[in-house]
Formats: sequence, C-alpha cells, structure tokens
Amino acid sequence: MATAYDIAMKQGQPESQGDACVVAVENLYKSFESRQVLNGISLRVDRGETLAVLGRSGTGKSVLLRLIIGLETPDSGSVSIHGQDIAGLALDRMGEIRKKMGFLFQHAALYDSLTVGENVGFPLEHHRRELSRSERSDRVNQLLAEVGMEGNSEKMPSDISGGMQKRVGLARALALEPAILLLDEPTAGLDPISSGEIDDLILKLQRERQMASIVVTHDLHSAKTIANRLALLNEGNVVIEGEFEDLQQSDIEFVKEFLKQS
Amino acid sequence: MPSNGASATGPINGFFDWFGNLGIFSWKVLQAAVTPPFEWRELVRQLDDVGSKSLPLVALAGAAIGVVLSMEVRSSMTRFGAKSLLPSAVVFSLIQEMGPIITGLVVSGRVGAGIGAELASMKVTEQIDAIEASAINPYRLLAVTRILACILMLPLLTLAADGCGVFMGWLAQTLVQPVSFHQFIDSGFRGSTLKDFLPPTFKTAVFGLIIGLVACFQGMRTRGGAEGVGRAATNSVVLASLFVILADVVLVKLILVVFH
Repeated sequence: MATAYDIAMKQGQPESQGDACVVAVENLYKSFESRQVLNGISLRVDRGETLAVLGRSGTGKSVLLRLIIGLETPDSGSVSIHGQDIAGLALDRMGEIRKKMGFLFQHAALYDSLTVGENVGFPLEHHRRELSRSERSDRVNQLLAEVGMEGNSEKMPSDISGGMQKRVGLARALALEPAILLLDEPTAGLDPISSGEIDDLILKLQRERQMASIVVTHDLHSAKTIANRLALLNEGNVVIEGEFEDLQQSDIEFVKEFLKQS
Repeated sequence: MPSNGASATGPINGFFDWFGNLGIFSWKVLQAAVTPPFEWRELVRQLDDVGSKSLPLVALAGAAIGVVLSMEVRSSMTRFGAKSLLPSAVVFSLIQEMGPIITGLVVSGRVGAGIGAELASMKVTEQIDAIEASAINPYRLLAVTRILACILMLPLLTLAADGCGVFMGWLAQTLVQPVSFHQFIDSGFRGSTLKDFLPPTFKTAVFGLIIGLVACFQGMRTRGGAEGVGRAATNSVVLASLFVILADVVLVKLILVVFH
C-alpha cells in the first residue's frame, strides 16, 4: 500500500502541505572507532529556508551532511526527510529519497573520466530516461548557463579551476530539481572574488527555486550572506542556533571566540 | 604487555573480517545484478575494456606458451620415442590447462590492477559517494558491469590464447621438422571430444568472477589517498591471482569428477 510519503514523492511535494519541516535531525550520535564525532545533535530545516552549519574543522559538520543523505549510518538517533525516517532503508528505496536531494561535495567530486557536460547530464541520463539526447543536452546547457559555465561543456574537470569545478558540481546537484540542497564547504579553497560569486549564485538559486538548504561552512561571512539561520557546532553538538544577531548577542564564551577569530 | 594469544588474534580477525566483508559486498552486488535498471552502456564499455584491450596481451602470452610447450614436449617425447604424440601433447596441455590459467593470470594482472586502481581512485575522491548521492546504485553501475564483463570475456580470451598457442606450437614444430598445419591440427585433436575442451575453457568464467569480484571489492573499500589507491591495485592483483590458482585446483578436480 502506498504511504503518504510515496504519494508525496510521486507528486514531487513534501509529505504534508501543512508540515513545513523538510529535514529533521533528532538526537544524532556518530562515532568513528573511538572518536565521538556527533554527540546527540538535533536540527530542523523548513521549506525555503537555508541553515548554515558553522564550526571548527573536525567538529562533524561534513559528517552531519553525509548522515542526512544516507552516505553514513548513525550510531543512534534519526534523520527524517519529508517526515520519512531514512534509517535502514534499502539502497534503491533510499535512492528515491536522494532524487529529491542535491549534494555539492567539498571538492566537487566530479567524475574525472567524463566531460563537464557529461557530469551534469549524469543524473539525467539515469533518472530521466524519457528525455531524448537533444532534450538532455538542452537541459545540461541550461544548467551550465545557470551557474555561469556555458560554453564549457566539452572541457574535462581537470582543465577547469577549483571555483569552476564547484559551479559544475552545483549544476550537477541541481539537475534533478531537488527540494533539498546540501552544500559542503561551497567556498572552501576559493579566493574572495570566487567565494562571493558562489554565494551570489546560491542566493539566486534559492530565490528562484525555494529549496531547503543546509550549508556546511567555516566561512562566517559566506554563512551570514546566504543563510536565514546559523547553527554553531562544537564537540559534536549545537552550541547556539539562530540568526546572526543572536550569535552576536550571545554570552557563550565559545561563540564569542568563534566570532572574534572569524 | 599483550599476550601472545592476543597478538595472534589480529591477523585471524583480519582474515575473517575480510571474508565477512567480501560476503556482504557479494550479496549487495548480487541484489543489484538481478534488479533493474540494467546499465547496458557501461557493460558494453567494460566488455571493450576487459576484452579487446586485453586481447593482444593474452594472445602474446598464449603464443609464447605454445612455443615453449612445443620445444619442451619435443625434447621429452623424443627421449621416450613418442614424437608422433607431440601435436596432441601441445594441444591438450594448452587447451586443458595452460591456456586457461595463463589467461586468468594475465587478466588478473591487467584488469585486476586496472579495476582496483580506478575504483579506489574514485572512492578516495568521493566520486563513488557522488554516484550514490545522485540516487544511482554504485554496486550496479560499477561492480556488476565490471564483474559481468570479466565473466563473459575470460572464456573468449582463453580461446584466443589457445588459438595463438596452438598456431605458434605448430610453427615451432615445423621449423624443426616441417609438418603442415592441417596435419598438426588433425593429429592434435585426434580422439578428442568436446568434453575435453569445453569445460576447461568455460571454467575461466569462474576466474572472471573471482578477478572482477576481488578487484571491485578492493577498490570500493579503499581508504587513505594515493597510498590507499596503490595498495588497492596491488592487493587486487595479488589476491585475484592467488584465488584464480586455488580455484583452478578445485575446478580441475571437479571437471575430472563430472566429465570423465
């Protein structure tokens, strides 16, 4: 029997129009061997909202994103996407949920044996088989134009800069028109101008597409620019969550120190 | 101070851990193999990569073995006054054992290292994670296609190695004592049936399964940058070659029991 979630997925809509929560993380724990990375973290992101997850290196920000998209399994706690708990789902069932999510990896993770155009067209080739070759090519060109990479379709990933790779990775993440966008350090390793361009691009896409986004970053300026809400992590848990002004007004020593150093 | 017992359990645990993980990996591959969608385009690409690109190497190895067998067997047969059996000895040795095992080992080296290094490199650069994040089953796209290509191509490559070996065996023989190719083949296959040749050729499909499975497993479980990639490639070749030789022992016995 089809669940409410199945029906919602078929319609491309969240489970319930009344429930705005798109991603809910509850009391999540994750460790690698003896190292505890996440320590009972809880977060939620609503439709059309952008949450920036900040913190020092190694505090589990990227692990949090990997848990949300199911690339890692939590020790305990739950991750729900549109109200569906993803724990224990089979790979193909999880795939149905992932089709509604776009993921930009920290180092873009472009397929190095494929051209830029083939990278962007890869999800379409597998999930939009009804598209003809020319329709797919048009869609790829449209996506590349959206991220300012038109005319680079035939280049190999190794022939373009880090910033351009991030743009291509973003175009690939947007290929299936996701309802949720997960961005892992979108501006890491980029010069200030390229970082600003990526920030502007993310803002433009959010305005146009109304996606729920989670942005992992240690770049406070970028977080302030693109996010509605910020969550600061330390030792695997959320120290403070709110708007940038809430962080500025906080008396918590770690928050003050983080803002001072950023 | 750790006791001797504790230190001895490390490798034993590692041994069972490796086989346990291989079992889990195999189950995931099997599940992906029998459920649609099937990755036909990638399979064709892998058939080309495993088959046509291995062909020159396998043919050369088969030819070299044919020459060596012809020279070695000639000397032995002459000593025992059975020179007329030389074609049969060359043909039977090649097709029943030397062709299949040499093909298995050559493909272990070329394809095993290639698959191991390629998948390991994809793993450490998060490309396999990117495939999974794009809602594509990486076991279906990467492992099933490569393993199937190895299974399908090994018997064909074995036929090529056998053919080149027999031809070069004849050439080596005819340089010493001229004999027509037709006569050499006629004499070599006299009294033989398909039962003598088909099972040894098709047993290499099992070698293909071993090579593909071990190389994909080693590649897709890699950790740790360039060093990890190198280790995955080396382990793929070493383990695939070892398991091919061990499987050959079992398969030869099985063929003897079932077909003779």
